[in-house]
Amino acid sequence: MQNESLALQYLLSGITKGSIYAVVAIGFNLIYSATGIINFAQGEFLMLGGMVAVTLAAYVPLPVAVTGAVALVALVGGLLELAFFRRLRRHSILHLVIITMGLSIVIQETALHIWDEKVRSLPYFTGNEVSSVRFLGAAISPQVLWVLGTVALAVLGLHFFLRYTLTGRAMRACSSNPEAAMLAGINIPNMRTLAFGLSAALGALAGCVVSPMTMTHYEMGAPLAIKGFAAAILGGLGNPMAAVAGGLLVGLLEAASVSCLPAVYNDVSAFVILLLVIFVRPQGLWGALAPDRVREH
Amino acid sequence: MPRLRLLFLLALFPVMVAGAQLGLRAAGMEYCLTQLTMSVYYALVVMGLCLLMGYAGQVSLGHGAFFALGGYTTAVLTTHDFSGIRACAGVGVLERAGLLVAQQDLYGQAGLSVAPWAAFAAAMLLTFVVALLIGYPALRLRGHYLAMATLGFTLIVSKLLLGSALTGSADGIHGVPEWKLLPGLTVSGRSALRVQNYYLACGLALLLLLGLRNLLRSRVGRALLAIHDRETAANAMGINTAAYKLKVFVLSALLAALAGVFFTHYTGGIAPSEAGALKSVRYVALAAAGGMANLWGVTVMSIALNYCSLRGWFGSYDNAVFGALLILIISLAPEGPLKPLGLWLRRLAGRPDPERRTPHGAP
Repeated sequence: MQNESLALQYLLSGITKGSIYAVVAIGFNLIYSATGIINFAQGEFLMLGGMVAVTLAAYVPLPVAVTGAVALVALVGGLLELAFFRRLRRHSILHLVIITMGLSIVIQETALHIWDEKVRSLPYFTGNEVSSVRFLGAAISPQVLWVLGTVALAVLGLHFFLRYTLTGRAMRACSSNPEAAMLAGINIPNMRTLAFGLSAALGALAGCVVSPMTMTHYEMGAPLAIKGFAAAILGGLGNPMAAVAGGLLVGLLEAASVSCLPAVYNDVSAFVILLLVIFVRPQGLWGALAPDRVREH
Repeated sequence: MPRLRLLFLLALFPVMVAGAQLGLRAAGMEYCLTQLTMSVYYALVVMGLCLLMGYAGQVSLGHGAFFALGGYTTAVLTTHDFSGIRACAGVGVLERAGLLVAQQDLYGQAGLSVAPWAAFAAAMLLTFVVALLIGYPALRLRGHYLAMATLGFTLIVSKLLLGSALTGSADGIHGVPEWKLLPGLTVSGRSALRVQNYYLACGLALLLLLGLRNLLRSRVGRALLAIHDRETAANAMGINTAAYKLKVFVLSALLAALAGVFFTHYTGGIAPSEAGALKSVRYVALAAAGGMANLWGVTVMSIALNYCSLRGWFGSYDNAVFGALLILIISLAPEGPLKPLGLWLRRLAGRPDPERRTPHGAP
């Protein structure tokens, strides 16, 4: 009985972490399929979301603060595209990827100078640090339910957006065949801006809901980005729903490694998985190998 | 013409190096040579990265980690006391072969450590294997998998260095002995040897520059350029693109580790911040600042900027400066700021641009 509830506890923590990785992975996917860029600043969106929400929460009620943070970070994401990637049409993908690395540092350093190096966090959405819900013998924080619920809603919302709305379909058309989409009258640059904004908004939302549990710190972006990327590769780049599965898998594997290995190795395990997947199945678990879809780099 | 240019550069580099030293001596600021030497070692890392980014079209965010891997391997081997295993068979043989040397630690305790030359060999071997393990899977694919794989590697290395007692946790390792390279030539931070070490570092840089330049002008270099321009076309020409990219990656990792070994012996220690992700991004920024596919430009820019950073000119905005530089240079002048300058000088001298070979008034 003891062991079962312990296993359940690890399972739940794996799913919680995994759902955050899934959101990061979806963010990678959105930008990658719209532009071909791997956005190294993806993790910074989570950090920014958390930081802005913490600042706003001092003045306005929590739901307003979170909404405001998501909107503001989405704006930042869209503006980044407008300021850099839209102008740099003649640059190679390599150059654009390097620019995202620069953006990641600049965002991090800006955050360090606006806020400071202190660890911050939002208050728990319901209850507090010690309140817990019993679930099949395992104790979980109500915040975990918030994380899972929010992520599930966001993913479902995105799914419906991409599948059933005109704009969403236009976005998918852009990623599957930019030339044909252009001929059909779709404004591709605007779709790319939208992809950046959407990706930033998702990241900010995730950054807000995990803030009470994992805290927000100006350096939190890079580790999340690498795991989110591992999740995206594991699922298969270019497929947002596979990214969710990939994220959950990475989270579960990490929880499994925490339960039997020293804590230092929990990042190591994600990385080893990433390399193994690239090695054995480069297209990811659910991705189709379509080399033509990859732009000439 | 290329030969003339080479001779010019060959003459210019020593003149610049000696000029800097004599100028600093005249100004009574010889202490600045220490930072200059350190920047030259950092420039070796960027030279390797230049090869990888400019000629093979791949980004690595792991060069800080490779630098640290080289530095830490040599630091651990040359400072760790191995006298506990003296009883083991084979240790005597190693000691007689000069691989293990008796050494005194900070408190005057006698110990048995690995000789710097052997530690250097071990560092290079370890880096070779690690780079191969990371590069082999990541470089078989198109796209920028290597960047993420190496970023993951960097995060892990810095975590492990911070977490393990063998590498001194957050303090790093200090008290690394000097390295007697040749009789009369010692890699050491002693102020008496400052000038000697400055010339040693610059000589090493020049040697590597010439070696890399020759490599790029050979069959290998042409293959790399072809890969960078059009990977598919290069493949069709029978170039094994994955193998070439892997070789360049391993070579550049080895250069980073080499720089790490020299740096560690020079400064007498190494800290885990060398392996941080920001350090790796900084190397990428420096390579971009020099124009990526431009060995001389990359070397000059990286020495200059690292020197400014080491002298503390950027204050608490150090990392931000490099991030902003990266963005600005890549978006405004992707071929580096030195290239437009060079073209401008050429035009001033009345020489035609080598780039614009299409004659407008040709019949």
